[in-house]
Amino acid sequence: MNKTNFDRARYRHFYNQMCRIRAFERAAIKAKDENLVLGAIHPSIGQEAAAVGVCGNLRREDILLSTHRGHGHTLCKGADPQAMMLELLGKTGGNCGGKGGSMHIADFGVGMLGANGVVGANINIAVGAAHAIKLKGEDKVVTCIFGDGAINRGPFLEGLNWAKIYNLPVLFVCEDNGYSATTNTKDTTAGAGPVARAQSLGLEAESRDGNDVVGVDIATRDLLSRVKKKGPHLLHLKTYRLGGHTSTDPAKYRPDGEADGKWSEDPIARCRDMLKQAGLTDEALTDIEMAATSEMDGIYERARDAAFPPAANAYTDVQDIGDPRSQAF
Amino acid sequence: MKTMTYLEAGRAGLAEMMRQDGSVWALGEDLGRGGVFGQYHGLQDEFGSDRIADTPISESCILGSAVGAAMMGTRPVVEMRFADFALCAVDELVNQAAKARYMFGGQARVPMVVREPSGMWRSSAAQHSQSLESWYTHIPGLVVVMPATPADNKFLLMESIRCNDPVVYLEHKDLWSLEGPVDDQTETLPIGKARVARPGSDLTIVSWSAMFHRALEAAAILATQNVDAEVIDLRTLWPWDRQCVCESVQKTGHLLIVHEAVQVSGFGAEISSVVTENCFGDLKSAPRRLAAPRIPISYAPTMEDEVRVSASQIVEAALTQIGT
Repeated sequence: MNKTNFDRARYRHFYNQMCRIRAFERAAIKAKDENLVLGAIHPSIGQEAAAVGVCGNLRREDILLSTHRGHGHTLCKGADPQAMMLELLGKTGGNCGGKGGSMHIADFGVGMLGANGVVGANINIAVGAAHAIKLKGEDKVVTCIFGDGAINRGPFLEGLNWAKIYNLPVLFVCEDNGYSATTNTKDTTAGAGPVARAQSLGLEAESRDGNDVVGVDIATRDLLSRVKKKGPHLLHLKTYRLGGHTSTDPAKYRPDGEADGKWSEDPIARCRDMLKQAGLTDEALTDIEMAATSEMDGIYERARDAAFPPAANAYTDVQDIGDPRSQAF
Repeated sequence: MKTMTYLEAGRAGLAEMMRQDGSVWALGEDLGRGGVFGQYHGLQDEFGSDRIADTPISESCILGSAVGAAMMGTRPVVEMRFADFALCAVDELVNQAAKARYMFGGQARVPMVVREPSGMWRSSAAQHSQSLESWYTHIPGLVVVMPATPADNKFLLMESIRCNDPVVYLEHKDLWSLEGPVDDQTETLPIGKARVARPGSDLTIVSWSAMFHRALEAAAILATQNVDAEVIDLRTLWPWDRQCVCESVQKTGHLLIVHEAVQVSGFGAEISSVVTENCFGDLKSAPRRLAAPRIPISYAPTMEDEVRVSASQIVEAALTQIGT
């Protein structure tokens, strides 16, 4: 870090965003533990720097596609966390009206075209969104975030090849937390990984420390400007999932002490240290953290007290032609 | 009124929609040189390579990228080359295209057409011959269209492109060269309306796609034996025109469903059930299905013909059913 260039206001904001994501995840886990969230959730605790460093560089009109572990990306793209929490609880007012839940969170109003319940499926959709942008001559960039497990699925090859041959404005981000669900990704991945695979298709690709929000921010800013001029790029962010695959997964398959050790690389603590070095006080930073917790606690309470959607809503949003409501015989 | 082939009519329908609406584009393998069967011949010259896009052999990305492009406000027409190859993109069609609008609570629209050349075409064997339409009717969110005539192939394709839902559009490979009248005037043909192609009073035969033409042949033979069969071309399988079929059965009292797909869990079972549940009192005989045995399709013509329903089999089944 070059201290003279350190943008204190920017990273104070990024610190706040990371704290908000973590507070949201903790509130969601609490709601899950209390059986208020009925389906599975995949928290992103430990991966906040990747979400904020990448999505903090996207404009509202830019497009984002995310994964089943997408709460942080969605929040950072500008979605309302209250609507997100309502969706996790399947309540009225959720982003998707209670039809999607955690794994299908989307907010098209802020360019967030969906988390996805199928690993790697967002890659093909992302290149198609970019294809439409190119056809329409719009000034937008698509960012597609996927995990390390996704590079072993076919869409990784098909989608990256496609983006390159049509020279589409896509930034592929491999958010590598080391685990494909509950299996160490190293044990199931041949070769040198996502950067080498992307380079073999002619994409420029680079690897960064995904727990360093400043490094992720600088890399993303640079790559987004290159994507606009030169087409698709890949950014590999090495991070670590501090919890289990789902909130209820105790992650016993990890070597003893691995996760404990990784807490020393907690991206939020690292950002906090940088801000302290840049002159922010402990008190000011703690205030930010507490405000985030308080915001998400309020969101949790309002979601808890909200109503479920009426059962009849199950029949809306299916299709116009052949609408189930008009097919009763 | 012009005479066109089924293939030419489909091409004319796509071209007309592309002229009307700049957001319509097509993507698939070999489209620049006209597509496998020539359905796209000349279109790249008129519309350019951005709107008639040649793609890699990447079925999952062809279909998946169309989902993304549709969500961004364009109207992609996806060419799958053979219906069988669409199975390489089942996730993209079933989990993504069909579900996006619903699972995102109505935020997304996926206006795309997936063209899948379907059905038996002499000696194409097990991976280039299947009729899988009943699979798609089982998936909420999808519209399923199967044109049988040149005019329908033009106007149903146009209506499918206008549709805001994902449409699985199954053209029959054996019908490409079929000629028929196609109106010069742009008309609209609503999805979900069947056609009573031959009115009759003794028996209702419901069919679609290429098999509809065997049903018409059979009806002509039956007429020589003083049996007056009503032949319905269903045209679309979801939604399907239950009213048209039930009104016909109320008149004739006998229902014979004929399709090329495997009989087990074929769409004939759905039609039979709905008619039985709703018109039981009108039925003079149990509804009957005539379709393919549950075996893969062979290469050798002798074995291939074992799964092909013929006009004479339809005649025989009809006569047995009405007890003549």
